[in-house]
Amino acid sequence: MKKIMRTPFTIEDIRSLRAGDQLILSGTVYTGRDAAHKRLCGMLEKGETLPVDLAGQAIYFVGPCPAPPGRPIGSAGPTTSGRMDAYSPVLIKECGLRAMIGKGGRSQEVIDAMKEHGCVYLAATGGAGALIANSITRAEVVAFDDLGPEAIYKLELDSLPLVVAIDAEGNSLL
Amino acid sequence: MRTITFECIKEAVCRLCGQAACDLPPDVLAALKSAAGREKNVLAQVFFEQYLLNSEIAGKERLPLCQDTGFAVFFVAIGREVIIDGGTLSEAINAGVREGYKKYYLRKSIVSDPLFDRKNTFDNTPAIIHLEQVPGDQLHIVLAPKGGGSENMSMLKMLKPSQGRAGVVDFVVDSVVSAGGNPCPPTIVGVGIGGTMEHAAFMAKKALLREVGRPSHDSRYAELEAEILQKINASGVGAQGLGGDVTALAVHIEFHPCHLASLPVAVNLNCHAARHAEVTL
Repeated sequence: MKKIMRTPFTIEDIRSLRAGDQLILSGTVYTGRDAAHKRLCGMLEKGETLPVDLAGQAIYFVGPCPAPPGRPIGSAGPTTSGRMDAYSPVLIKECGLRAMIGKGGRSQEVIDAMKEHGCVYLAATGGAGALIANSITRAEVVAFDDLGPEAIYKLELDSLPLVVAIDAEGNSLL
Repeated sequence: MRTITFECIKEAVCRLCGQAACDLPPDVLAALKSAAGREKNVLAQVFFEQYLLNSEIAGKERLPLCQDTGFAVFFVAIGREVIIDGGTLSEAINAGVREGYKKYYLRKSIVSDPLFDRKNTFDNTPAIIHLEQVPGDQLHIVLAPKGGGSENMSMLKMLKPSQGRAGVVDFVVDSVVSAGGNPCPPTIVGVGIGGTMEHAAFMAKKALLREVGRPSHDSRYAELEAEILQKINASGVGAQGLGGDVTALAVHIEFHPCHLASLPVAVNLNCHAARHAEVTL
């Protein structure tokens, strides 16, 4: 089924999505790769406040290309999600993260956390970075600037095509 | 003897960086179009449409096909009559990478130390350079930027010679199927059989440069390529690992004499945005 949504997500939004649905997503999302996830989880462990509020939000696993002149961002396709498996359950449980956008498989621990707390895993099209860049209207670095392409960006999406790869009941296309 | 300047190499490499990142090679595009026609899975068909549209946008708008503009891997053939003036070949290539990755707004993806500080070098150097000397007075440079997602799914195994052909088929098919959607399928599967451990890995990478789908010159290996491809595609992993009829576009095998005790097999995958560009100076 084709669905259209805008972030932030409600729990009802998340529970209405089924593995195999095509989702056209707009609104704000945050980026994060392994280095940023490691820092976020380190901050949570120390009881520090995170630089971004992830409640009801989506994290997009991406390290974009630099923005050419006149564009908000360069190519920006998904990276391999499995590298975030060690960190995602913590963000789902402690921060109320509702969606992750990436490519490739996830661990059972991640799927269990998704089922327990209500979160979906969305597949963006790997290797289609130029196409995806055209669905991003704004981009700004909001944390960890020193990580270069691995910094956390706040992105504004306009109709990004996604597929529900794993839904909040644990049904999976993978 | 013929002199080629440092500047000439640097500028050529700089241009190759932009070209490789944004222009999908015609053989890869043709293989994707043909695969799109064979695909029956509805979701996978959507991905194929996006791949083709992505290559069009990348070419027209000069955006990289994929944000992972890769490790800059070079295969260089230098004529024995060539002299390089103004620096070493490695210095000239690295200077070109430094300039190209900046000029064309490509992502810098190299960290200086693999284990401890993992700090970005911020210019995508150092490049990996494979060099061979050939007859003549020309310098042939191939750049094959290699993304991390597909590279991470590489496998190498020292099989027992008794495992033979069947052992090779099982190992290669398992490697590709267990990689799932991680390497951005449909992939091109590079296989190196024989040589030593590191030579098998080198051949697996070099096999990715062959025109997509062109069979091995040795009919026994060509048959093996076809059998492995059929088995990979029967797995149903599909585009992005979300199911479908086309998991790999081609299997390319390179082989080499090996030690009587050994049967090394290496697998190196390239994503559907299988990028490479070349120049002869």
